[in-house]
Amino acid sequence: MNPERRQLLGWSVAAAAGAALAPGLRLVELALARSPEEAASALQRWGLLIDVAKCADCDECVTACRDENGWTGLGRPATDAQWIRKVSLRDRATGHVQTLPLMCQHCEHPPCVDVCPTGASFRRADGIVLVDKHTCIGCRYCVMACPFGARSFIHEPVSGQKPDVPRGKGTVESCTLCVHRVDRGERPACVEACNRDGRKAMLFGDLNDSSSEIHRRVRTEPSTALRPDLALNPGVRYQHL
Amino acid sequence: MSAPPATSRWGWAIIKKGNWAPAFAGATFLVVAATLAGAGVADGPVIKIERGEACVAPTDEMRRNHMRMLFHQRDRTMREGIRATRFSLKGCVDCHASAKTGSVLGEEGFCSSCHAYASVKIDCFECHTPMRQAGFTSRP
Repeated sequence: MNPERRQLLGWSVAAAAGAALAPGLRLVELALARSPEEAASALQRWGLLIDVAKCADCDECVTACRDENGWTGLGRPATDAQWIRKVSLRDRATGHVQTLPLMCQHCEHPPCVDVCPTGASFRRADGIVLVDKHTCIGCRYCVMACPFGARSFIHEPVSGQKPDVPRGKGTVESCTLCVHRVDRGERPACVEACNRDGRKAMLFGDLNDSSSEIHRRVRTEPSTALRPDLALNPGVRYQHL
Repeated sequence: MSAPPATSRWGWAIIKKGNWAPAFAGATFLVVAATLAGAGVADGPVIKIERGEACVAPTDEMRRNHMRMLFHQRDRTMREGIRATRFSLKGCVDCHASAKTGSVLGEEGFCSSCHAYASVKIDCFECHTPMRQAGFTSRP
């Protein structure tokens, strides 16, 4: 289906849903939808809530991210891009092992943005941290500054990029929270895959929207940020860690 | 004192006498020969537009300002998340990619042939895909 047709369908579905629902009730999709002409707004703060207790030993999220964003590896683990990876944590005292997906944490105060000499690393109004590859000079300061090791550098020429995900040699990249999907009113590919083929450990939504599930859950259930000592206030939070 | 080389002496001799006609004829011959030899370059770019009724702006404006449109759109999309489709690079590629190769690059590529002709190096396609996406129908 071409994008225009999809968009038109999306709008008509949204309009129909809006008409069918009682005032005050909103579908999640309707709440997420933003017109393509409209700029991202600071009224929203996109975030992820990951329940580590539900996260199994699968890597559906990693596979989905790779397929969506086209960062297939070249079989060189030292230099291959990694937008998201599965990390295993073992409690030294008890030997209890947990596994969780780790990606850009989309911090409110991102160290990668602080150190970028050209302003290429930036935080969008709605909280998504991105690299503007048009101005990235490939210095990799952000790679060093990120406490989560979330950023990768592209060492080799790239071809066969996805139309929505430009990638090129000499620039830094990381999880974009599937910004192209979010702008269409969809969920990130990892969340989609986790809820379809995985164990529904990942939840995506607007942390600022009081009617969203993620807002309700972070308010009513305990969750934690990785490296809370750094006070970065990430948009990605974990439960049962 | 030894004599200068024959060609040089000929040239100087002609000009000293004030007879410019043979020199002019020689120069004209050289220019014509050079043009013929470089005929491939002088042919102009390959402009085949395979799809779409009209571009997003009149041809003259597109020729002069397409880079400004793309530049403007690029920052708005990247920084602000405004995904208007009018000046999107994806839109350019969708209409202008070759029907044969599906790409705007290559020998007959809409972008590459014109930029090669104008001797302009673009790096859009170092990162962006030059390939048209699905749903292609050729212009009737």
